[in-house]
Amino acid sequence: MALLRPTTILLKKELRSEFRTRELLTTTWVFVVTVLVLFSFTFEPTQVESRRFGPGLLWLALLFAGSLMLHPSFAREQVNDTLAALRMAPIDPVAIIASKILANLCFLLVAEVFLLPIFAALYNLSLLPILPQLLLVMLLGTLALATVGTVFSAISSHARMRELLLPLLLLPLLAPALIASTEATRGLLEDPPGLPLEWTGVLLSFDIVFLTVTWLFGEYLLEE
Amino acid sequence: MADGAASVVESTGQQKWGPGIVETLGIAALVAFAGYAALFIAPTERTMGVIQRIFYFHVPSAWTGFVAFFINLIGSIAFLRTRNLKWDRLAVASAEIGVAFFTVVLVTGPIWARPVWGIWWTWDARLTSSFVLWLLYVCYLLLRTLVDETERRAVVSAVFGIFAAFDIPLVYFSIWLFRTQHPQPVIGQGGSLDSRMLNVLLLCWMALLGVMVLLLRQRVRLETLRHSVEQLRTESARDAGAE
Amino acid sequence: MTTGAKQSSPVGIGVSFQQVEKRYGMRFALRGVSLRIAAGESVGLLGANGSGKSTLMKIAARLIHPSAGKVEFSSSNGSGVGLVAHSTLLYDDLTAEENLMLFARLYDLDCPGERVAQALQSAGLAGRNADLVRGFSRGMRQRLTIARALLPGPGLLLLDEPATGLDAAGQHWLGDTLARLRSQGCTLIMSTHGRSETHAILTRAVRLDAGRVVADSAATGNLQDVLAAALSGPEEV
Repeated sequence: MALLRPTTILLKKELRSEFRTRELLTTTWVFVVTVLVLFSFTFEPTQVESRRFGPGLLWLALLFAGSLMLHPSFAREQVNDTLAALRMAPIDPVAIIASKILANLCFLLVAEVFLLPIFAALYNLSLLPILPQLLLVMLLGTLALATVGTVFSAISSHARMRELLLPLLLLPLLAPALIASTEATRGLLEDPPGLPLEWTGVLLSFDIVFLTVTWLFGEYLLEE
Repeated sequence: MADGAASVVESTGQQKWGPGIVETLGIAALVAFAGYAALFIAPTERTMGVIQRIFYFHVPSAWTGFVAFFINLIGSIAFLRTRNLKWDRLAVASAEIGVAFFTVVLVTGPIWARPVWGIWWTWDARLTSSFVLWLLYVCYLLLRTLVDETERRAVVSAVFGIFAAFDIPLVYFSIWLFRTQHPQPVIGQGGSLDSRMLNVLLLCWMALLGVMVLLLRQRVRLETLRHSVEQLRTESARDAGAE
Repeated sequence: MTTGAKQSSPVGIGVSFQQVEKRYGMRFALRGVSLRIAAGESVGLLGANGSGKSTLMKIAARLIHPSAGKVEFSSSNGSGVGLVAHSTLLYDDLTAEENLMLFARLYDLDCPGERVAQALQSAGLAGRNADLVRGFSRGMRQRLTIARALLPGPGLLLLDEPATGLDAAGQHWLGDTLARLRSQGCTLIMSTHGRSETHAILTRAVRLDAGRVVADSAATGNLQDVLAAALSGPEEV
């Protein structure tokens, strides 16, 4: 498939760049943990309350951390105008966006993998029994954030006040995904735990819709 | 150069009074009639009384807002395909008007709620969704103010507009689903609608659609004039450079 | 006739600008530029800063669309267009080798490893191939930028003041490389600021001023005159 090869090549480039500096990863992780700890002071969670509030806090924290982290996605390509070099190569321009979405997805997922044990410890939750389903929800929810976040990072790279603009644009648009992720996670933390299929369906639909829209219209954002 | 300038002014000057006095009066009459119908023809609702009549304004405003945002979607896609800035002008006009109508929704909601339910606001499904939608397109307008160059602004907001439009059904569905699981007081009409009420409702919607079309045409015309002014300035800058 | 493998020796691409205009808001970068450049020509673009040279090259690189007018390319076997611009077009957080390998793979070149090694060798960067570009000097970055543009064997090479930042040895290398490309039939369009080393290969000079073509040695027939007239301007200092 003509899209797969350049996407893979560019994805490797993104990962290599990031793991060399590790700035984004550390910043995201520190941010999320800080937020969670702060919230635990505010709420003094009991077992029941952490099941109610915990998921919302987790996803909210991820959303904010994500919007800080996603901003450099395209800003990086402006430094030495490397975006021009990529555009001149004989590849489908969508590959450029796709590789960044996948890269951001990886970074966020890695941050979450470290985050979950801490989240569980802080709120006294047992995650092991629900781990596979939880990972599914995390994957779908993070994909939503990565997709829309990457595209909007491209959008805001053309605007003034781009660091402020990105979280501002993301919040209303991601509202359905935020609600769905939170509810799905909450369902998993209940007693007895169950994966709410309807919310998982909403997340899946969200991902499919916006991946398709990105595929159809994303390349227009790469132009100068 | 002078000829070019004159012809531009002429062609837009023909529509100097915008949508035309006849159409404006016609829509005004329709609105007046719809208002009369809402106040006097529609039967009084049993439980809520006279204040319920605001429903004939509140609900059609939301529907008209949707139509405006749909027009924004069309304009956004058409612009990306054709690169003709007239579609971008349509897009910004329809977004502004959609936001205006949803502002009406968000204002009339509490006005209705307060006397009837004793609360100004509730995070019920429809009101919450309207709020999110309103925020979404306010962001669209905000984005536009932050991008300087015309062509780039059009491209960037077109993509955002397309994302926003596809988000609308997801917003409504997810919030509705949430509310069925975590109920809150509902602002609005419960149960089925009396056929007279339905007729008045549709009449009011037609009137508001008429207002929307008028506003849309005026706004697009304003934007077109702005663009023409910019063209004229640019042409004179170019010709000045030749000397 | 070779099979689908990409040629390493470029055959030129010709480019034709027809009444090309580019404006940004109220500012005109190019006004009504018509220029026909045949395959294999080596054209020098002269003019002060802001005369439109960079914009013209970006349009030739298909990075920007003209506001009006058309650009047409006569394609040959050459593997597309190469650009050496003001920005380095390099990733600071990757090594020299990684930068070149990235583009070698994106252009789907065969034997990418070998070609990258050759390119680094030729540019005199073989010893620094595993170092991050971030630590490179200005001259080294410029050499790598040029090497990157040449890697896929382009049929049209656009160079925006390519000698900037190069020391004497670097300029010598650039001159040799350009001469070699010219002999292979590659079309060159180079904006220049008065370095005689690179002037030697030019067959034609075009001067831009405020977005218009004001002198073209193809029309006047005298290359040296056009060059001299342009270079006697203030930027010579």
